[in-house]
Amino acid sequence: MITPLASGLTDVLSDAVDLQVQVDAIGLGAIFALMAVGIGLVFGVLRLVNFAYGQLIMAGAFALAYASDRGWPVAVGIALCFAVVIVLSLAMERVVFRPLRSQSPAVMLIATFAVAFLLQSIALLWFGPLGKTAASLAELNRPVTFGDVDIRKIAIVAIASAAVSLGLLVLLLNRTSLGLHMRAAAMDFQTARLVGVRANLVSAGAVLVAGVLAAVVAVLLTVQFPTVTPTFALRETIIVLAGVVVGGMTRLLSATLGGFTIGYVSGVLGGALPTAQSQYLPTFVFGLVILVLLFRPGGLFLRGRAAVERV
Amino acid sequence: MNTRRAALELGAPVVLVVGAAFLGMLVSRSTEIYFINALVSVSIVVAIYVFVGNSGVLSFGHISFVAIGVWTAGVLSVPEQEKPAVMPYLFDFLRDTTVGNIPSLIAAGLVGGVFALLVGLPLMRLSGLAAGIATFAVLEITNNILRYYEKVGPGLNTFSSVSETTDLRQAALGAVAVIVAAFAYQRSRFGRQLRATREDPAAARAVGVSIYRQRLGAFALSGFLAGLAGGLYVHFLPLNVDAVSLDLTFITLAMLVIGGSTSLWGAVVGALAVSALDSVLANAENGIELVGRTVEVPAGTRIVVVSALMALVLILRPSGLTGGREFSVDPLWRKLRPS
Repeated sequence: MITPLASGLTDVLSDAVDLQVQVDAIGLGAIFALMAVGIGLVFGVLRLVNFAYGQLIMAGAFALAYASDRGWPVAVGIALCFAVVIVLSLAMERVVFRPLRSQSPAVMLIATFAVAFLLQSIALLWFGPLGKTAASLAELNRPVTFGDVDIRKIAIVAIASAAVSLGLLVLLLNRTSLGLHMRAAAMDFQTARLVGVRANLVSAGAVLVAGVLAAVVAVLLTVQFPTVTPTFALRETIIVLAGVVVGGMTRLLSATLGGFTIGYVSGVLGGALPTAQSQYLPTFVFGLVILVLLFRPGGLFLRGRAAVERV
Repeated sequence: MNTRRAALELGAPVVLVVGAAFLGMLVSRSTEIYFINALVSVSIVVAIYVFVGNSGVLSFGHISFVAIGVWTAGVLSVPEQEKPAVMPYLFDFLRDTTVGNIPSLIAAGLVGGVFALLVGLPLMRLSGLAAGIATFAVLEITNNILRYYEKVGPGLNTFSSVSETTDLRQAALGAVAVIVAAFAYQRSRFGRQLRATREDPAAARAVGVSIYRQRLGAFALSGFLAGLAGGLYVHFLPLNVDAVSLDLTFITLAMLVIGGSTSLWGAVVGALAVSALDSVLANAENGIELVGRTVEVPAGTRIVVVSALMALVLILRPSGLTGGREFSVDPLWRKLRPS
């Protein structure tokens, strides 16, 4: 006899192994991994958790919506998106992060919290609570058929762009002198400065790279969620922050893995679980965050010493 | 000398709060709302200050204790005959219990305090960034559960038909009570021990202070006060879960940071100053008479101004408007002398 619970479970399982759900979940994981890299890179160099990262993505999405409103070609829209996000990131670094660099991480966290609300409320002032629609890339939502499964083009584009971006980042970090300086600063900022790493250069460099990644994420996310409101990407950023902490934020690789995993898992569970259970997903995710902070403060994917001060 | 200083340390914030309440009595009914709101904000910010200010540890989680207070006082005060309409899925014992104004406030404080104690037991071992992130996780979890778990409250709906007992008098009395509690705590040996751990953890440990225990005590006390403030809040406005989440966390932290997070005086000044600014701007969003002509600012200006101000204070004057010091009338030259 199959109990209702067991048959429910088999439904969930068969949904979860469905190829379409899998590809969508990997696509979401790829986008989250990009965001995790953006957050992890800035944390590595500046020891700063950038709460305002989601608002950079939101600004880029509004740039895309603005361009599609005006009927500008897609390429112009994407260029505008990159320009807006990069200028905004550098301005944020110059005006807020740099003066606060010597403060404690907690003070910097509060400061980025303020910046996040500032950008969000400026967007509210400018575009209103209902937001705008970025429709020019909607074509990517159409499926392509492989055999008997339909896969949305955006999932493939997301996975490909994430792979390319991460590949370029690895080259930048390992093959250029800026990359070397950034890695040195991430190890030990003070010592790196002593041996001639220019603090302002690496900090601007890290923020710039994170900004480029935010622009890529803005393009990818607006395809899936074309309605751009002032709270665009806010929930996603909070979830990715959780993922970065769970993965281990002191190393870029573990942070990326954490971001990917949380995107993938919420993609699979969101597609497979009934709403009665999936609505409590944030509770499980943040419960996991607390457990990791208490028992494996370095993160799930890291071995070795704790990075967290404790009493 | 010491008594005079203590009298000023308590007296100045109390005078400020009572003054605001008297000012609120002079204005029209529609403006009175802003004064009550400011006084409730004072209660919330001082409750946060008891932990954050004295321990120097960041907490994004205190609004979850306010939310617990809102839920406790709200569920206990909705009239019995209206409960099935507002909250149809309530637990039996909650459905059958309805209490008056004062008991509901005390219950809100107690539940908030117990919740903070339970949360603090594991969390108070964390410091710095980890504490910030973990308390943020507490906020997200509390919000998520209150939003969907309809056996303990109205879920996504608003607490309607809670008796509106928080008038100017109750808001002022509540704020004064919270301030007195904060004052009594920071002058007690526990408060002094906690402040010692803030200034120098190693030295405090060396003289036998348990950082964990002192933080836990302050966390539970500030959870109690935050719960009480939540009770006051729900007796003032019909609230829903979005009213006690990220936005309120931001605005109350902004108040504390702008005022100066390491002193009671700073918490009260910050709460009142930001509330005043916020009210003026809220009025301006509806058009305000200023030197003979109507000035109107677009909706949303308030948060732009408050968040810009908060960022500016953090960059230019990280210790806040009051410098994080208690109120005193010492001559200016003594304040300017490097300590």
